[in-house]
Amino acid sequence: MSLIDTTKTLNFTFNGKAYQGFEGDTLASALLRNKVRIVGRSFKYHRPRGIMGAGSEEPNALVEIHGAGTCEPNRRATTIKLFEGLDARSQNHMGTLNFDALAINDFMHPFLASGFYYKTFMWPKAFWEKLYEPVIRRAAGLGTLSKAVDPDSYDKGFLHCDVLIIGAGPAGLQSALNLGLGGKHIILADDDFRMGGRLLSETYEIDAAPALTWVEQTLKTLESLPNVRLMPRTAIYGVYDHGIYGGLETTTDKIGIAKPRHILWRIYANSSILAAGATERPIAFANNDRPGVMLASAVRSYKNRFGIELENTALLTNNDDGLRTDAAHIFDTRNGDYVMDVGGRKGVRSVTLNTGENVAANHLAVSGGWNPNVHLTCHKRGRPKWDEALSCFVPDTHTLPSDMSVIGAANGKFSTHGAFMDANDICEKLGVKASELPQTEDAPVKISAFWHVKGTKRAWVDFQNDVTAKDITLAHQEGFSSVEHVKRYTTLGMATDQGKTSNVVGLAVLADAIGQSIPETGTTIFRPPYTPVPIGAFAGTHRGQHFKPTRLTPSHKYVAENSATFIEAGYWKRSQWLAREGEKGWRDSVDREVLMTRNSVGICDVTTLGKIDVQGRDAGKFLNKVYVNTFSTLKVGKCRYGLMLREDGIAMDDGTTARLSETHFVMTTTTAKAGPVFRHLEYVRQCLYPDMDVHLISTTDQWAQYSVAGPNSRKLLEKIVDPKFDISNEAFPYMACGEITICGGIRARLFRLSFSGELAYEISVPARYGDTLIREMMHQGEAFDAVLYGTEALGVMRIEKGHAAGNELNGTTTANALGLGGFVSKKKDCIGKVLSQREGLVSEEALQMVGFIPVNPKDKLTNGAHFIPKGTAPSPETDHGYMSSVAWSPMLKTYIGLGFLKNGQNRLGEVIQASHLMGNSHVDVTVVSPHFFDPKGERLRA
Amino acid sequence: MIIHHPLLGPRDASEFVYLGDASLMNRPNPKSETAADDFYSYQYLRDNPMGEHRELWYHEQGDRSWLVVTRNTLTHDITKVELARDVARAQK
Repeated sequence: MSLIDTTKTLNFTFNGKAYQGFEGDTLASALLRNKVRIVGRSFKYHRPRGIMGAGSEEPNALVEIHGAGTCEPNRRATTIKLFEGLDARSQNHMGTLNFDALAINDFMHPFLASGFYYKTFMWPKAFWEKLYEPVIRRAAGLGTLSKAVDPDSYDKGFLHCDVLIIGAGPAGLQSALNLGLGGKHIILADDDFRMGGRLLSETYEIDAAPALTWVEQTLKTLESLPNVRLMPRTAIYGVYDHGIYGGLETTTDKIGIAKPRHILWRIYANSSILAAGATERPIAFANNDRPGVMLASAVRSYKNRFGIELENTALLTNNDDGLRTDAAHIFDTRNGDYVMDVGGRKGVRSVTLNTGENVAANHLAVSGGWNPNVHLTCHKRGRPKWDEALSCFVPDTHTLPSDMSVIGAANGKFSTHGAFMDANDICEKLGVKASELPQTEDAPVKISAFWHVKGTKRAWVDFQNDVTAKDITLAHQEGFSSVEHVKRYTTLGMATDQGKTSNVVGLAVLADAIGQSIPETGTTIFRPPYTPVPIGAFAGTHRGQHFKPTRLTPSHKYVAENSATFIEAGYWKRSQWLAREGEKGWRDSVDREVLMTRNSVGICDVTTLGKIDVQGRDAGKFLNKVYVNTFSTLKVGKCRYGLMLREDGIAMDDGTTARLSETHFVMTTTTAKAGPVFRHLEYVRQCLYPDMDVHLISTTDQWAQYSVAGPNSRKLLEKIVDPKFDISNEAFPYMACGEITICGGIRARLFRLSFSGELAYEISVPARYGDTLIREMMHQGEAFDAVLYGTEALGVMRIEKGHAAGNELNGTTTANALGLGGFVSKKKDCIGKVLSQREGLVSEEALQMVGFIPVNPKDKLTNGAHFIPKGTAPSPETDHGYMSSVAWSPMLKTYIGLGFLKNGQNRLGEVIQASHLMGNSHVDVTVVSPHFFDPKGERLRA
Repeated sequence: MIIHHPLLGPRDASEFVYLGDASLMNRPNPKSETAADDFYSYQYLRDNPMGEHRELWYHEQGDRSWLVVTRNTLTHDITKVELARDVARAQK
């Protein structure tokens, strides 16, 4: 009784040729059903390969499915559920699958042994980049990427449960049944699309009926329980800290339907039960990679589950379990019979025995014993232990992840009865009464280890990476005895299957070469992911514009209507400049914005600057700690510029802070540092001065804030601010601040601050009024020819004034370097003060911020240029500093720059060379004061 | 990783920002004669233990608490989580 519905035919193509399979088929079973023997080419030697397994361990049958953007390479044909219209192609051949030009590699094999690249492509050195690497890169790799945009959707999800059960074979199903009936919230995950594990592929009986009956009844019960979530097609690929598991659900392989293709699950489980079963391993003998040589368990899967009789099958086994396979010829190594070689290049035709006898056969089923799937027990550095009687690694209970139990075949309990026993035991341990044990087979494991038939021909160990037994013995001869070294030298177990079928055989061959036991030789570490996870699943919905959030300022719509070009500032979008008709480039717009602002009035959205509300009786004292200058003495109704240091003495951020009342300050930070400064303030408050009465909250998003700058800014604001508030120069001087109302009663805050050097204000209103306010100001501003300006014009004006900004507060500069040494209060301690006084930071040779103008007014300055004394060659020894900001000044009609120069304050007037080696520009510049425009600051006090 | 926040219960580590060794809470006395050396050690010298480590985590995507988390650097087991503010007060 197979699990195939022969009434439902499914059409599919493989390498362009049309075939038919049935509902319930995998791509692999459908190909076998159609007698397709060669399904791929091997990685290095390009040998023809057929299907070897029936599950996620498959090393050979890797295919690409779909085309162009939806193409997915390296999918195992054994895990693809067949569907109508599937388009699959084989990989890794030049020419057709049947005639691969690179199969020449197979005849070159004496030269392609392990370490071949390391040994061969050493000389001549120049050849590596130009010849060897490009050729190797083109030949290497299995599937290819389309490089087209992937139009499919992927998703991520989070799940919580009491118990996560990994694997839905007899052990997993029985424990799910117990725990589910016991009321536990459980998730049962299995990478197959059909639950049941090996019970689907064997002919066991449970309670005197076919095992499938028990599977179906159990699943029916589980489906009826609301506290049970069944997750077929979900591979648990990783175990992480504190009970977190990664799961990849392949929801569908169909495309063009409104459903994510994969879902990446993050599962939080109080405990987990690993019931992942075991994987059969091959035996290494000459040409054991020929199409038709398969795992014995896979042969039984194709027969019992998929109803495919593989004709003329021979069997090679070293254990009793292999004998369950129907075979015309049986070779049992325990009787001294084994296979020396296989005849037939593109498919098995005969097998040669150790007696020299040739036996005709089309398929060879191989059973080298079973390896418990211990991978997930090792993701947190657990190491399995060797069980001599079972000839396999089993989990070591002492090194398991603390919340994980392992049961059934994964725990070395290979009989169905053993799996049920384990499942019942673990449920009792979890405090749930176990149900009655179903009656079933309890065959003991009878195995005699047999790994490798020694001979002169190549015997495959790692099929996917083309590693042979010879490669491993060669690695040992060349001095590699640690399994970790052998693995990297030969690439054993490093393919996409992570050595599921090859690791233990490889280890046995190495142990034999060294002349020691397998446990002495060790085992390699398994790391996530257990099965490959597409990058698309990790990205989920976080792609394109959803890769990160976008923050828009309240004026966004208005400035967009006014042709703003936007620049990203963190998550924010800020207007960079606002073009007008007839302007040929960004410089035209920026120059106009500067001139119109300096001549009349300009408005800029500065909402993105961080705003932090600081309140409490100790608010002033607190600010004294975080700023180098004193804030406790600031009068109510006044603002002050503040500079903040990191504890190592380097400038962290700057901004202005206003005092609205004795216990209430409003701090501003730069746009970029709003988050880190807030974090730092909370650290100072909670970790360093926990007894200060001070509270903090970020109000960046709550207030829309605009800079209104220029000689007509007061006149404009007088039209906005309600008449009862006097904002004349006398009543509201430079650095004043206050809470006011505008436009007939709307709450607002006004600060007389100037970054541009003009008579200027910053006005803030609750964010919901932001759009209205900028429209109203621009409407009232028509009388003054008011202009909107963006971050470029803002930058030009601040450079003209010599104000430091992000380019100067770059994480390497001190208060002294910024020319703000005088701000550091002598009377009090602050964060960073002690270390800012270190010798190297205060010496005469330390960098200081100064201004630069080109000697020749036609010369352009370049950001990042280094200052080199005239007449010397640029070198680290002659480097005297660097240019941090440059701009064309429309006021001064020249380029101007800010930068850091050794002992700069004492070198005003000196001519030095600004060299930019990447742009090959060398410009003579004069060192000047950084205050280029209105150095006395008369305009801002007007 | 999951951090058991003393006020909010188990929270995913992705909600937090990591700072480092909790010894950062012991800011030296800036008025001491040895302040320069003290601050140098405080700022730059850290133990790098294999095993138990007390470290500062900030619940940035949550209630903005700074926490002192005692974590085993070998196994990632977390044995204790305290509010940094309580720890700082107790140290006074």
